[in-house]
Amino acid sequence: MKSSFRLLMLSMLLAPFLVLSATAVFIEEKLKDPVLEARALEISAEIRCLVCQNQSILDSNAELAKDLRQIVRERIALGETDEEVRGFLVDRYGDWVLLNPPFKISTVFLWLGPAVIFILGAFAMVVFLRGRNRLVEDESRTKLSTTEEAEVNRLLKSDETGQNS
Amino acid sequence: MRIRFLIPVVTFVGIAVMMWYALFNLNPTEIPTELVSRPAPEFSLEPVPGYGPGLAQQDLATGKVILLNVFASWCVACMAEHPFFMELKAQDTVDIFGLNYKDTPDGAAKWLARHGNPYKRTGMDLKGRVGIDFGVYGVPETFVISPDGKILDKIIGPVSPDMFESRIRPLLNEAGS
Repeated sequence: MKSSFRLLMLSMLLAPFLVLSATAVFIEEKLKDPVLEARALEISAEIRCLVCQNQSILDSNAELAKDLRQIVRERIALGETDEEVRGFLVDRYGDWVLLNPPFKISTVFLWLGPAVIFILGAFAMVVFLRGRNRLVEDESRTKLSTTEEAEVNRLLKSDETGQNS
Repeated sequence: MRIRFLIPVVTFVGIAVMMWYALFNLNPTEIPTELVSRPAPEFSLEPVPGYGPGLAQQDLATGKVILLNVFASWCVACMAEHPFFMELKAQDTVDIFGLNYKDTPDGAAKWLARHGNPYKRTGMDLKGRVGIDFGVYGVPETFVISPDGKILDKIIGPVSPDMFESRIRPLLNEAGS
């Protein structure tokens, strides 16, 4: 009785790993050549589903995504290169369909923006830290007055004797 | 020196204003068409049964500005703009052609019988391939077509009277029709 319960618990623990190994494939006509099919899937993974925007057409089960996957397959079966297949979709839906936007004049800020912001931030930080260091140095250079020095010596000495008592 | 404490405040205000603007004024689901000022793609479609004649690429070059409305009987938002199209037809403001997207002939015919037919021509895009050539990604969409059959603009979602005045009327006037 107890061992069967343990077995049940174990199988429940392991169940998620079974699910993980199953891949999300939609039931539709695939290309016969596995090499071409692999290419079709690879391209589809980089094409944005226009209905659900942040999913690729490979992940989406929207009607339009299904049609677009089929179009990618057809184009590949016609012997087009990956570039040509993507071009076909870009002609109709614009660069927006590519999850990986191309490097162009209109996307310069998108690609270089983060680096520019980082460099500006680093520069600002260096300026700020240098300014602060200089302040600390200036303070260290100001000498103590003689009365202050005598007071410091008195305190240091009294501390030394105090330790022994 | 006193001003320096304002830098983070100004930065924050700048970001806040930008995000506020984007939140209420930009619509991420609206993707402008790639096809503006390009000729309409090549196609030739059968009419919705009883609502002919059919629709092909050369039918779009009519010598005046027309609208090409993508509709479907399963499309709820299409019902919102349909009465306005009927009004446009009654006033003879502009010719409207209907592209029936991924529908059944029967369903489309029944829908037009029930809600009225504002279209001069209809074409049935049963497989949705013509729609993809037009860059359609949701229904309804309405294309403004130039006298020589080029795409002037695309309106995504239902056409409202306001939108007609601001986006379509200027194009109609420009062409002098």
